[in-house]
Amino acid sequence: MTGTFVPPTRFAVPGRIAVSEQAASQWQTATVTEIRRETPRAATFRLAVPGWPGHLPGQHLMVRLTAEDGYAAQRHYSIASAPDDSGHVELTLDHVEGGEVSGWFHTVARPGDRLEVRGPVSGFFAWPGDRPALLVGAGSGVVPLMSMIRHHRARNLTVPLRLLVSARSPEELVYAREFGAETTSVFTRSAPAGTAVGRMAAAHVAPLLAEQPPGGWEAYVCGSNSFAEHASRLLVTAGQPVDRIRIERFG
Amino acid sequence: MNTTRGFTGRPRVADPGLPPGQYDAGDDWPVLSAEVTPELAPADWTFRVDGLVAEPRTWDWEEAHRLPPSAYEGAIHCVTSWSKFGVRFAGVSLDAFLDVVRPHESATHAVAYSHTGYTASLPLADLTGGRAWIAWECDGRPLAPEHGGPARLVVPHLYFWKSAKWIAGLRILDHDEPGFWEKNGYHERGNPWEEQRYSGD
Repeated sequence: MTGTFVPPTRFAVPGRIAVSEQAASQWQTATVTEIRRETPRAATFRLAVPGWPGHLPGQHLMVRLTAEDGYAAQRHYSIASAPDDSGHVELTLDHVEGGEVSGWFHTVARPGDRLEVRGPVSGFFAWPGDRPALLVGAGSGVVPLMSMIRHHRARNLTVPLRLLVSARSPEELVYAREFGAETTSVFTRSAPAGTAVGRMAAAHVAPLLAEQPPGGWEAYVCGSNSFAEHASRLLVTAGQPVDRIRIERFG
Repeated sequence: MNTTRGFTGRPRVADPGLPPGQYDAGDDWPVLSAEVTPELAPADWTFRVDGLVAEPRTWDWEEAHRLPPSAYEGAIHCVTSWSKFGVRFAGVSLDAFLDVVRPHESATHAVAYSHTGYTASLPLADLTGGRAWIAWECDGRPLAPEHGGPARLVVPHLYFWKSAKWIAGLRILDHDEPGFWEKNGYHERGNPWEEQRYSGD
């Protein structure tokens, strides 16, 4: 029997790029070079990874921390920075209560510290900058989407790009200073005077889907599972094809 | 060993059930799927086994439920590094389906596919011998849509991306054909005890 089996379904979403087997499987030493506070709960950690093979916006990497007794903990994190040939990557991490890895980053890490990374991994959520992209994120789910926006700016891309981002309050909106005309912010707990407070709704999605670029939008949704469920349903209800929605869920 | 300054990690509890590089997620059951959760009613669910078999067959919900019930209770392991203990899945052993369709002697692998179009590749040996299930209940309740309900594949001895949610069928093959995550850089087999996370591990 030859030929690739394609299941009989309308939902299938193909991966965007092939992932390098070597990059995905090899641990490399990364050195913390800079720590920037983003919000009271989130900070950006810049890492020098001399052998970094490069990545596309939307990809993630795996971090490994090792204790003196050999105990190791590893976690997947989205890459926040745009592709950069200087051998650096940036991660933006929430300080998760009781989190053993995010806890180390937020309370112990300082420039000069070393850890291990491997990647980039996963080609599914990657965005090479080739198709109009509608980005929808909440909380730290905005991290891989920011990599896409930074890439778009760094390369002066003209392909349409829009971001719909939800945060509890302006103070908790990660990268708030960097957003421009491409971004619509939604605040669920408190907002500046004159701005509505509430959950992301059909009214936020409708204007973006009304503005159909040539070829239509490729939607990238990232956030907690409950947010991803809610946002993807809003998109489907508003007419976005199911097979053009990519979702990255934080558990 | 490349130790990380100041990293101590969680208190160590020697747990022989925890594969290397995994942590116990406790009561959490994180949801990880790359696509929109489908609205699939049990009445619309079907499960087909075809390919290199003597008698291809499709079961609907009622027909599948008439097969002998079988359950799994134990741990599940996600490649993103969480494990979950004491999970109880109820459904039917995959052996019951394969006994009906009778795979050819040349059969070595299967592509499991979902009603969403998700695919996962598996060696046939990992699907037989009472090690894989089609499950529709978890912890005594109908499987939630976001966890693959109405029915999912459960192959608990491999990383859980192999346990395709919203299972629609198995295509039996005489070669390994990479599925969704295998094409996206993940290991072809995915044994947690050997930390077969990424292709090349």
